[in-house]
Amino acid sequence: MTIALPAQQMAERRSFKIDFTWPVLIGFIALLCVLIILPMGWLVYYSLVDQDGAFTFANFRQLVDDPVFLEPMMTTVIIAVCSSIACCVVAAPMGWLVARTDMPMTKLIRALVTASFVTPPFLGAVAWEILAAPNSGLLNKLYRVVTGAPMDEYLLDIYTLPGLIFVISCYTFPYVFVLIANALDRIPSDLEDASAILGGGAWTTARRVTIPLALPALLAGALIAFLQAMILFGSPAILALPAGFHTMTTKIWSLFQYPPKPELAAAASLPLLIITVILLRGQAMILGRKGYTVVGGKGAEPRLIKLGWWLVPAMTFVTIVLMLPVFLPYFALFNAAFSPIATTLVTPWNATMHNVWFTFFELSSTKTALKNTFMLGAMSATLGTLLALVISYLTARQAVRGHRILAFLATAPIAIPGIVLGVGLFLSYTRPPLVLYGTIWILLIAYITIELPAAYQQLQSAFKSVHPELEEASRMLGATRLRALRDITAPLLKTSVLATWCFIFVSTIRELSAAVMLFTSETKVVSVLIFDLKESGDLGAISVLGLSMLILTFAVVIGVSRIPGFGGGTRLRNT
Amino acid sequence: MRNITFTRRTVLKGGTALAATTLFAEPIRAQAPAPAAITPALIEAAKKEGKLSFYTAMDLDFANRLGKAFEAKYGIAVRVERSGAERVYTRIGQEYTANIRAVDVANTADAAHCIVWTKNGWLEPYLPEEVAQHYDKAYYDPNGLHITTRILVSPIAYNTNLVKKEDAPKSFADLLDPKWAGKMVKGHPAYSGTIMNATFQIARDIGWDYFEKLSKQRVMQVQSATDTPKKIQLGERAVMVDGAGYLVIRYKEEGAPLEVVYPTEGTPLAAGPSVLFKGAPNPNAGKLFQNWMHTREAQQFLVDWARQYSGHGQTVEKPSVRPLRDIKLMKEDPAGVAAQADDVKKRYAQYFKV
Repeated sequence: MTIALPAQQMAERRSFKIDFTWPVLIGFIALLCVLIILPMGWLVYYSLVDQDGAFTFANFRQLVDDPVFLEPMMTTVIIAVCSSIACCVVAAPMGWLVARTDMPMTKLIRALVTASFVTPPFLGAVAWEILAAPNSGLLNKLYRVVTGAPMDEYLLDIYTLPGLIFVISCYTFPYVFVLIANALDRIPSDLEDASAILGGGAWTTARRVTIPLALPALLAGALIAFLQAMILFGSPAILALPAGFHTMTTKIWSLFQYPPKPELAAAASLPLLIITVILLRGQAMILGRKGYTVVGGKGAEPRLIKLGWWLVPAMTFVTIVLMLPVFLPYFALFNAAFSPIATTLVTPWNATMHNVWFTFFELSSTKTALKNTFMLGAMSATLGTLLALVISYLTARQAVRGHRILAFLATAPIAIPGIVLGVGLFLSYTRPPLVLYGTIWILLIAYITIELPAAYQQLQSAFKSVHPELEEASRMLGATRLRALRDITAPLLKTSVLATWCFIFVSTIRELSAAVMLFTSETKVVSVLIFDLKESGDLGAISVLGLSMLILTFAVVIGVSRIPGFGGGTRLRNT
Repeated sequence: MRNITFTRRTVLKGGTALAATTLFAEPIRAQAPAPAAITPALIEAAKKEGKLSFYTAMDLDFANRLGKAFEAKYGIAVRVERSGAERVYTRIGQEYTANIRAVDVANTADAAHCIVWTKNGWLEPYLPEEVAQHYDKAYYDPNGLHITTRILVSPIAYNTNLVKKEDAPKSFADLLDPKWAGKMVKGHPAYSGTIMNATFQIARDIGWDYFEKLSKQRVMQVQSATDTPKKIQLGERAVMVDGAGYLVIRYKEEGAPLEVVYPTEGTPLAAGPSVLFKGAPNPNAGKLFQNWMHTREAQQFLVDWARQYSGHGQTVEKPSVRPLRDIKLMKEDPAGVAAQADDVKKRYAQYFKV
């Protein structure tokens, strides 16, 4: 673990190593430039030319003038704002309950939230179609049976704007929850103790100390939820068409129908990019440069609030919240997988293995897609983690001059929505010198670029959170520098490295928006296959494929976290 | 079966690919290729390649069964890439412009695509022997650039649990009745070739204002012509405005409560031609598949299992499927679709918002 060398040591050696580090730094900067600036450059270029390559602003003018573009833009903003609010309203109290109260089974609750994170949003959307399509949806059927309502009356209609917002929120809330729960986990209890000593009751302490300390995390969560909802392609692609509207992402995608209009697609992508950049800048300004050491030598267990008789409503709330993204959709998928007709309740008498048989033995693309998906997942996770590890070491320990450029470049892709990156990569790599379109490498590049910011932030904060005081303590007790590194720093980082690997792996597998732009038949991945199956309404095959994908994903994540020497603890952490 | 073929021919005169024979003939003046038989040499060469990729718009279940039947016969694995015809078309366009040669054989549901592919010079001429012998001239290009593998109609259909027979719509005009508001499902011309042709024909024969009125009926919009039958089978909507008639018939015979209605204004028609691509990765396997797919054996499978119509003169009709000669059909016009496809999508999006 030479990369975990502490800063001082590196600084001492810099005089001999300077020749060596500069090429490394330049190499990494060049690599990141190719990854990020090349596709974005083509995107900007295309948005400013017409079909013949002459300079024009006509693409943007059409964007502003044509209601065909204005309406999706408005819809997208409404969806993003509403989902963001919905996520915070649900995730904040839940995060607080899990992190700060004596609620039981918090480990299980956190695991279930992780399960909803692992569920791809498009799969969740299909599951919610099975549950809440107005006439055939299982929940609406139940409603009619219970109330005796006539045939065409329904309780829920998923093919509406609120329906779409609901489904998007279901699979965006884990981001907010994890941010808030982790932030609350980390708030040192000595501040709360101080409040208690000065006479503050449990609620006063929560109101005046805990909540203000958690606010930055809530703000960050709201922002992430907004961005996620804005750039999401999968759920809108499945629900917006039947509901009769477009979002920006589905509109951009539709511009690639033959004959493709890449200029317009590029122009339509730029507003998404600009909004993202502005919001991220805004967040940075509000939060300032706050940062605090997480794993120190002193911190005590956070003080847990006793719920008392509030436990019942609290548990009910958590159960209902978890029903929506996890229990109900998984039940729906399971039902559709083994039922002759997706929305008929499966019983021992009508259960069928036909869908399983069809998916694995008749559907010719299944094997290729599964192979591609898991290969790409493992490769992106491994290469992405390595890249992020090196960059975050260089920046966290400020090992080389110019590390700020690296930090900026590694964070920049966060501002690029998947579909926009897909368009950019398509424009960049369908021409010489690098014709990568049609190979899995273009997908690998896309996945690594998309996941780099999260991986980088995770590992960078891991490096920062290992305060030198732990190493110093170890040194004072007589350990050598290397021993301190081996016994203190490396074990503390291992968990983060592993968590980062799993995070990239899972995110790659649930990625659809870039893949749908970049796949060819040989390089199809499961998410795209499911998307194609959805087009022709083959719900049974989708369910079998989706469930298999989830099982395999969980198996990999659990398997990886059991690797000897990497002791467990791979909870989804987004720090 | 002579007389059946004859009548079918009369019905479709001027239809399916007649326009195609005159139009397609124009850009290519090459000599018509000699009809090719399935020879041991071809089988040998194809087996060496061992696989082929088949891009198609036909229903997923049948496409994979067809691939498996071919694999069982020749030991050559068929990778089936199914999506709506317009997406198949987009994909092939994207791959060819990026110089990627991944597709061997494609089967679309929109004959207009063949016009563009021919113009682009992407197609490999190949004329199977049985096609030259047994197919009506209307169903293949004399230069062997494309052969109509299947003929589709896009009728109205309904779920008999939700609609009584006497209340069922009889025409497209009936669907404008307010009682159907919120009860219909419809495919999309930007994804499905069948729907592209149906939209073009309805707009031409009944007028665009029909769609303007229909769009006010809160129609559920799905992508594929193969999805609308599934939506009425689930009971999600009571009536399908357009879609794959053959699936409705198959589901009905498998026990689903469905019924087909051939609208009084005429039923939209779409030919599903197959083509072989130049510079394809598996040229021999492609030829063998293109040849086999149009033999009596494969075509009878298409008629019996998939309930689609065949252009092969020796196939025996399936009794439960109403023959084309007994259906009032709208006239197909691939050249018109090729010229106006973009306009059709644009106007459609204006009315239906998607």
